[in-house]
Amino acid sequence: MSIQKKLAAAAGLAGLAISAAAFGHPESSLNLPVGVTPISQQAHYLHMLTLWVCVGIAVVVFGAMIYSMVKFRKSQGAVPDTSIVHSTKAEIIWTIIPVIILVALAVPATKGLVIIEDTRNSGLTVKATGYQWKWQYEYLSQNDGKTETPISGVSYYSALEENSNFTRQLGSGLDPNKVENYLLDVDHPLVIPSGVKVRLLLTGNDVIHAWWVPQLGMKRDAIPGFVNEMWIQVDEGKEGTYRGQCVELCGRDHGFMPIVVVVKTKQDFAAWLAAQQPAAATATAATTASL
Amino acid sequence: MAHAEAHAHDGHDHDHNHAPAGIGRWLFATNHKDIGTMYLVFALIMFFIGGAMAMVIRLELFKPGLQFVDPGFFNSMTTMHALVMIFGGVMPAWTGLANWMIPLQVGAPDMALPRMNNYSFWILPFAFTLLLLSFFLPGGAPAGGWTLYPPLVLQAGDSFGLTIFAIHMMGISSIMGAINVVVTIMNMRAPGMHLLKMPLFCWTWLITAYLLIATMPVLAGAVTMLLTDHYFGTAFFNPAGGGDPVMFQHIFWFFGHPEVYILILPAFGIVSEVIPTFSRKPLFGYESMVYATGSIAFLSFIVWAHHMFTVGMPLAGQLFFMLSTMLIAVPTGVKVFNWTTTMWRGSISYEPPMLFALAFLFLFTIGGFSGLMLAIAPVDFQYHDTYFVVAHFHYVLVPGAVFAIMAGVYYWLPKWTGHMYDLKLATWHFWLSTISVNVLFFPMHFLGLAGMPRRIPDYNVQFADWNMVASIGGFAFGLSQVMFVWIVLKSVRGGGPKASARVWDDTNSEGLEWTVPSPAPFHTFETPPVIK
Repeated sequence: MSIQKKLAAAAGLAGLAISAAAFGHPESSLNLPVGVTPISQQAHYLHMLTLWVCVGIAVVVFGAMIYSMVKFRKSQGAVPDTSIVHSTKAEIIWTIIPVIILVALAVPATKGLVIIEDTRNSGLTVKATGYQWKWQYEYLSQNDGKTETPISGVSYYSALEENSNFTRQLGSGLDPNKVENYLLDVDHPLVIPSGVKVRLLLTGNDVIHAWWVPQLGMKRDAIPGFVNEMWIQVDEGKEGTYRGQCVELCGRDHGFMPIVVVVKTKQDFAAWLAAQQPAAATATAATTASL
Repeated sequence: MAHAEAHAHDGHDHDHNHAPAGIGRWLFATNHKDIGTMYLVFALIMFFIGGAMAMVIRLELFKPGLQFVDPGFFNSMTTMHALVMIFGGVMPAWTGLANWMIPLQVGAPDMALPRMNNYSFWILPFAFTLLLLSFFLPGGAPAGGWTLYPPLVLQAGDSFGLTIFAIHMMGISSIMGAINVVVTIMNMRAPGMHLLKMPLFCWTWLITAYLLIATMPVLAGAVTMLLTDHYFGTAFFNPAGGGDPVMFQHIFWFFGHPEVYILILPAFGIVSEVIPTFSRKPLFGYESMVYATGSIAFLSFIVWAHHMFTVGMPLAGQLFFMLSTMLIAVPTGVKVFNWTTTMWRGSISYEPPMLFALAFLFLFTIGGFSGLMLAIAPVDFQYHDTYFVVAHFHYVLVPGAVFAIMAGVYYWLPKWTGHMYDLKLATWHFWLSTISVNVLFFPMHFLGLAGMPRRIPDYNVQFADWNMVASIGGFAFGLSQVMFVWIVLKSVRGGGPKASARVWDDTNSEGLEWTVPSPAPFHTFETPPVIK
């Protein structure tokens, strides 16, 4: 018994150390973010639902195990009842109950999947191309619900920001804690409007990459030779900067091609987009003047 | 007739307990016990090599910033850690246990194809020498992940050919080992040993062997196509030549998902023997255990694309793979409930094999829960390729498969060596392993949910705390395994009290292996035993 007591004490100490360590970085989190899009909120809901279902099952099953382990100890004089070897009734019950639980989970999951795959009626289409090791964003078209307007000349690369890039070198001697948004900042972020369904087309130029921003709730592979699609719609009022990373191993610097999305209001986005396309803007202005 | 033959052999029985001497005993071994021992020793060495790689990974991830290794080398570490642990550690450990125990459990004198048994073992050291040599070639060891996804894997340096060749050799070895298990079980059971009387370890291994025979050729095909894409200009997976990189993933996971069950089904078998023994009660629902194993094996062939929800499949495809994956929870649940009911109204004692089997029961179930969560496709888009997945598969592989291997070794070690090992030390090994394995892998759930991708050598400071905790757990887990080697060596070298034939005297240990003396003689069951 003394071994167990010593180990329990050691485990307690380790637990204390862990909780002390966890307070070190206030931004460290334990759970999936709720996020700022309908898809991310739906994912969070399904995540919590499944988690609680699992916790419920765990309480029952682990409870029965722990009860047996304590109650039926040989050291406490337990006598085995060797007649318990089979029960068709029990087998049927514990086959049917899991099936019912699974169906209950499958219904909302299926609904969720249908919503995710519906990329129709988007207001803005942007193409993201994965390179070793950066992203390229190309604004393709806008749609106001009636007409599709092509966007020309807005295309740029988005790579790891310089401070992080210096600090992350092997033996740089620089402290990552002193770099703001270490490894999660880029030189030119993707800019999108809030309240608009943004369709993101994804492809890879060299190897497979994957595009993911946890707060936006969706991840999809960028595969050479394929064009994948996904959609994001950030709730209005949730404008801000959201950060993610490439999530498909893509070679040496896989860990160093972050994704940053700046979400602006529709007006701010329109202004930003206009500023990005000086040539096109000038041309439009000239046409208007000549009329 | 059979009786007369058995009688004729009795004349020189005394010779049969003399194993051949010298290195030849091992090089030319055809005895299932010797080959089993070699497999187990090989697996143990590989566990330490793969473990050393894991230590490098945890060292680099101890805190943010790159302190020790180049990101390319880090990728080699994650890739090789997986290949060595899966193909060099867990699979050979299972084959070793199968070699030792299946003939003893079905009452056969040896494996059915002893010479092939020798080849299938001796291929492995060469395969892994080639694989590990790739570290010393220009471009270093493979770094594209153990899943070998093209086009990335085709960027490998000179190591590429060696890697593919090594994988082919491992596959051939596995197929031969599997054929041997099938033939032994199908043809060499003692009279009266009906299939539904076999111990569950034989059953789960039989089904595992079919999975191996069905899927290893698929892996061989996939890597051969990679080989010709790389060296001979074919374009199976190159979109520029009309190929399809996603097709590789489909082929790979058609192998890869059954492979997951190849790693875990024999564990179900061991736990199904250890829990009844130390609960002093027969296994509850024996037949439903067999059917559940068969169902899991069948389902494992139709769920592969749940590893690739993010590649952009049509909605119908995603739904199919999501729903079929969720179904696996049903037969797996049946198993867990049967194990629990086996303990119900038993008389339970806590020897090291039972401790490891119980830890398996709890921790594998936790891995099962995260597996169910991952099956829900709309949330998998958040979990996919994060540390949540790393936590999930390490829970099913380490406190799952590896703990079951430990349980099996602690269960049968006295039968092999004739000496009881140090039970107190083994109990220490258990507690240290179980606590540290949770400190190591549980925080990875948090890391993944918070957004840390897998296979990265450096991370934002928001992930620093839990990575440090996981690393501490990792070092502790690694060190605890040194104890295991010490405990086993002590027993092999004859330390500890002599074990009786039944070994666990005062339990419900059933099975033919307990009818032969401890240590099991070099030749056993030359005359088939009588099954009541």
